[in-house]
Formats: sequence, structure tokens, C-alpha cells
Amino acid sequence: MNHLISIEDLDRADIERIVAQAERFAEVSDREIKKVPALRGRMVLNLFYEASTRTRSSFELAAKRLSADVVNFAASGSSVEKGESLKDTVLTLSAHKPDAIVLRTPWAGASELVSRWCSAAIVNAGDGKHEHPTQALLDVYTLRQRLGGIDGASIWIVGDVAHSRVARSNVLAFQRMGARVTVAGPPTLIPRGIEQLGCDVRYTLDELASADIVYALRMQRERMSETWVPSLREYASWYQINGRRLTPRQVLMHPGPVNRGVELSGEVVDSPQAVITAQVEAGVVVRMAVLYELLAGRDARPAAAPHAGGAASADPLTAAPSGEPSGEPSAQPVAGGRVA
Amino acid sequence: MSAPEPLIGGPRPPAEILLRDVHVLDPRAGIDARHDVRVRGGRIAELGAPGELEREPRGVDADGEHELIDGGGRLRLLPAFFDPHVHLRTPGQEHKEDLETGTRAAAAGGFCAVIAMPNTDPVLDSAPLLRSLRDAAAREARVPVGFLPAITRGLQGEQLSEMAELRQEGALGFTDDGRPVQSAGMLRKALQYQRLCGGVLSLHEEDPTLSRGGAMHEGAVSAALGIGGIPSVSESTMVARDAELAGYEDARVHFQHLSCAASVDAVAAAKARGWRVSAEVCPHHLLLTEEDVRSMDTRMKMYPPLATDADRVALIEGLRSGTVDCVATDHAPHARDEKEVPFEQAPMGSTGLETAFAALHTGLVLPGVIDLALLVERMTAGAALYELPTPTIALGAPANLTLVDLDAVWIAGEHGWESRSENCCFSGRRLQGRVLLTLAAGAIAHRDRALTMVGA
Repeated sequence: MNHLISIEDLDRADIERIVAQAERFAEVSDREIKKVPALRGRMVLNLFYEASTRTRSSFELAAKRLSADVVNFAASGSSVEKGESLKDTVLTLSAHKPDAIVLRTPWAGASELVSRWCSAAIVNAGDGKHEHPTQALLDVYTLRQRLGGIDGASIWIVGDVAHSRVARSNVLAFQRMGARVTVAGPPTLIPRGIEQLGCDVRYTLDELASADIVYALRMQRERMSETWVPSLREYASWYQINGRRLTPRQVLMHPGPVNRGVELSGEVVDSPQAVITAQVEAGVVVRMAVLYELLAGRDARPAAAPHAGGAASADPLTAAPSGEPSGEPSAQPVAGGRVA
Repeated sequence: MSAPEPLIGGPRPPAEILLRDVHVLDPRAGIDARHDVRVRGGRIAELGAPGELEREPRGVDADGEHELIDGGGRLRLLPAFFDPHVHLRTPGQEHKEDLETGTRAAAAGGFCAVIAMPNTDPVLDSAPLLRSLRDAAAREARVPVGFLPAITRGLQGEQLSEMAELRQEGALGFTDDGRPVQSAGMLRKALQYQRLCGGVLSLHEEDPTLSRGGAMHEGAVSAALGIGGIPSVSESTMVARDAELAGYEDARVHFQHLSCAASVDAVAAAKARGWRVSAEVCPHHLLLTEEDVRSMDTRMKMYPPLATDADRVALIEGLRSGTVDCVATDHAPHARDEKEVPFEQAPMGSTGLETAFAALHTGLVLPGVIDLALLVERMTAGAALYELPTPTIALGAPANLTLVDLDAVWIAGEHGWESRSENCCFSGRRLQGRVLLTLAAGAIAHRDRALTMVGA
């Protein structure tokens, strides 16, 4: 795997490998010292063209826990505001030789484009309304923690599907993992042709009780000004997940940030069925696993291969992977001591 | 008042050429056989049996020297093509294209004339600007160019441009191409004004209240990519509306770049009612679909957008039946850095002059979907729609000819382009059929390097 751009590029085995790696990293998160040296000396560049608090900080935390150096580059207050193109920005930042670029933009396909312009591993942290693959991976991880697996499960994704990159990545990821997916929402916010991704489409929540997992999407207030729905009040009365609609056996998810009183009622956010904070927690370990997957394997030189045969490369928790470039000879003892 | 010559090109010496044993195909003239063809003084002077015509002695004056090209019975001589829809980007966007490069691309594609759209900067909407553009074309254009000034000033849709005065200055017709005339009332005024000054009204059909926010065809692919979709009814409802308006005013309108089955149906219905409408279709809409957009390659971004395969098939059927009158390229050059951006940010349009014939020959003629004669007919039919003489192979006619090698295989763009821009949706594709020589208005406008291989 050279980049993480779309869930389309992953098969079930890829997803399971990343989730399993995340489980190993989760163990580290419970330790007193939460850092491992796996990506010591590597540089991760967060390049964000959209406001984002949780995704960016989650990636930053993930990179730091792997001992990578992190540079945050936000589009506002930068050369972008002076009219620099995406390509020129990427070429300029590439001069610093980042090993990975975590990219969020308002444009579909931007990550794919950037992957052609530079040698860094690209992690798509959201490209327009297209995809947000790490969100889908952390959602799969969260469900695995909660339920063990989602084979045969029924998952309803409810709300503004049309403008949601989370919905698209999750439809793909949940199906890859064996679940049946239904998308539901007002007809103006369900894109024509979405059923060709293999999901069912509903315009009411009448059959919501059949779902094992209810995934509510954020209803953005700006959709109101574009008159996608007649009013948020009416939207809430038809599509809000609340105590009346959610049954005790269902699991409730949401990518955050929640609009209490719109897509979710306050009571369900705070209910035991909600795994919303578990999703946030999963964000860090899953992103650690993604960065590890992309970077630790990436530079394995053929010469290093004999060493890589044993447990060393499989266990990033105790030592730098043997594939690490030779510039960091002293890393191992120090790192070993730290983690122990 | 005497109207100026509507097509205008640069000064070029009249061709003196003998095309020996070429397979002449002109469906309208009923010719489909091997002939010798002599062009003298820029006109088709003689048609003889293969090998019959003698090479004329090399003239005393060098200009009159006769060139001999031997077709070996294999090379096809066709009436040169006519493109009623190109963007030459002059004035204001010469970094994309100008009159010289755009018409050079046209000649390389076998076109003997093109009609330029007015969405330039400034917009072509005034007589002085038209005059200066025609002056420039008279110096620089490799093939003759006709101009369609804007229907409404600045393409704003609010006030008619000075149509009568523009006609007097040589306007072939009018269009707001790139934008629809959104107000039915405004379009009706233009249709009424046509009674005074003539000139076809050429319409880009799109309902912005349906297309806004879209960057590709609305359907399974747009849903999967999360890119805003443009529903095909955005085009077809406007075609139906404007056909009815034209019928009501007994006006003459031409529908640009049809992209979907519903629009073909609307045009067929209008023609069945006797309304004076015509329509064009672009090579990309005949050959590509929304599936080609899946990679988010910005060369595949054009308005109207590439639609479904069913739409593509309906357009081909429309072309075959004559509901769609002609092929137009909608040649729309953009600089590399303008297209090297994420799909939603990219400007729309693809270049097309240099690939139109080869792409359609490869994609439609070779698989047997349409025959070569029909393709030639539809690639030359645009002229008559604008009340211009159709390129033809007949004694005494001005030489508007294109010589093609139907066996030549090439990769689009492998040796660069004549156009200043390279945003061609067929770039990198293997095409069969290559234009070797183009004569436009009696002069040699393009000569492929490969021609020396077969020449005398």
C-alpha cells in the first residue's frame, strides 16, 4: 500500500490488517508512556485546506505517538491565500521531503492528484464530498470493539448522504466487511444513482428498527440556506434519531461534531448505545495503524529483508522496524528502554 | 447594403496541385471512386480517370509550380470538414489559443473553416470588436473563420447586443455559448430581431437552476465520486422550451452540443412540427461516457457533461437519422496549469479539432456503427446550417479538400499538438485515420510530415 486515498483501493484483508494493527497500538495508548519509536525520524505533514479540529489533531497525535515529526500546514494564513495553486503548494512543501502528507481539501480527487505530484505517501483525510477513508476504518474498528464484527449486520446511514464523504467511504467499507447498508434521508439529500454502490435507499425511518447499527450523519446548517430541506425543525421530526426511534439493542454512531436536537436528540447522544466517544478514541489508533502501514513497510530496503523475517518488523511496539533507513542507528536501544 | 464575406482567412497562394489516383468520396456529389484531381488556381479544375491527368510542366513562375501527390488508389480525398463550434480564445485568453494556432489545429484536423464563439475577454458583442477580429483573421487565420457574436451584451442575458449592426459587419449569427439565455422573454426578443437582420441563433442549452453546483453528469458515477451532478433534463427542458419559442416566432435556431437522449427527442419533435431548428453533436459525446470521468481526469470535464451510454447511443442514432444535423468539436483549449487542478475546480472543455475525424473514424466507422460517407456528410453539414456553401468536390468549386490515410495509426498527442493547448479528451488514445493534407478556400492549409513519404 503506497497511499490511502479511497476505500475502493482496499479489500477486506487490507481493512482487517489495519484494524488488527490498530488493536495492537490501542494497547500502547493504555500505557503510561504512550509513545513508540516506529516512525522516528519520519516527517508527517498535515496539509489542511478546510477547517478541522478533530481529524487534524487525531492525525497529529497519531504521528507523535509513533515518534514521527509533524508539521501542520493550514491553508488559511498561508501562501494559498495569496493565490498559490494546490500543485505549487505541494511541490513547495515537498521540498522539505515529508514521508507522508495527510491531506484534507474541499475537492474530490485532490488526494489522487497530489499522489502523482510528489513521492510522499498520501493519506486522504477528506477530499470534498468524495471520501474520508480513515473515518470509515475507525468506524469499522469501533464496531469490531463493540460487536466483534459486522458480518451480516444491517447498518443504516441516516441523513445528508449527498454532501457526506463519510457516507461514501462507510458504504464501501461496511459492505467490504460483510454488512448490508441502507442509506436513508430526505430525497433531496440522497444522490441519484447511489444505489449502484450496492446499498438500499429509504426516504423514511419507518423500517429503522431492522437496523443493528444506526449511523447518523451531521446535518450542516448551511444546507438550510440552500433550501435542501424545508426547515431543520421538520427535518428533525422526520429524521432525528431519538429515544423513540432508537431501540436498546441498536448501536448508535456519528462522525461528529453532533448537532444536538437536529440529527440526534440529547438523550441518545448520552445513551449507552452511543459509541461516539469510542469513535474519537479509535481515531488515534487507527490513524497510527494507517501511518505505520504506509511508512514502516515503505522504505524496506532489499538489504534489510533478512532481518525483517522475524517478529521485529511485525512488532512496532518495542523497536523501530528493521526496514527503517540506516540513518538512525541509535534508535533501537533508546526506544526499547522507553517503551518497556 | 452589401454584406461582407462571412468567412475570412489569411492571404495564402492558391494551390496548384495534382492529386493522382486518390479515392474520391463526396456523398453529396455522388462520387465514390478513384480519380485524378487537378487543383489549379485554388479551384478544382479537372477530374480524370486514375493516371489520366498529366503532370503539368513546371511553370516559368515559381508560384505556379505544380505539385504531384500520388494516392496510390488508397488515400481518400474528401470534402474538407466544417466546424460550426470552436473557441479561439481571442481576444483576451491568447495563452490558451489564438487565431493562428486555433486555425492551424483546424487545418491539421482536416477542417476548411470554423466558426468562433464569442465568450472571449472582452466578449465579442460589438461591431468595432468584430471588425478588429476579422482584420486579425485576415492576417493570421490558416483557414477561414466565421464569427458568432453574443446574443446579449457581455453574455449577461439582460440586453440584446446590436444585432443588426453586427450583421452588417459580418456576423454569421449569434450565440451566448457557454451560457444559456435563461430568460425566455429575452430569447424571444432576439428571435423577433432575427426578422430584421437574419443570422442563426445558436443556443447553449442549460437550466442553471438545475445545473448549479454540478461538475459532471448526474448519475451513478457522480453519486460514487461525491461530485455534484448536472441532470440531463437541465439541457433537454431548455431545448424543448426554445424550440417552441422558435416555432412560435417562426425563427431559425441551432442547438449546440446535444448531450443526451432527451434532447435528441426534443429536437426530433420540433422538426416533426416543422419548426426551423437544427442541432450539432460533439465527438466526445458520441464516443465517451460518464464512466470516463470516474478517474476524475480533468480533460473529461466538459459542459454539457459526458452522460450515460444510452445517451451516447441515442446521439449516434440521432446523427444517423439526421435529427442531429452535424458534428461540431466545441474545441475548448485551456492551459495546462488551469487543468492541473482538482476536478471540481477545473474549467470545462476539451480540445477536439485535431482528433475529431480520427476519433470518429476509429470509434464509429471502423466498428461499423456508421459508414464513412455518413461521417463525411455530417462533418461538412455545418456550413449549410449557417447559409454557407457546403464544401464539395465538383469542377470549378473552390478547393476545400482533405486527404486522409484511413490506415494510418497514431497515438493522439504523441508528437504534440498544433493547438496551443493540450487538454484533449482523446489524448493518448490509439486512433486510426490521419489527415495528410488540407486545402481550405483554395490554399494549402496543412501538410502532414508523413505526406512526403507518399508524395512524388
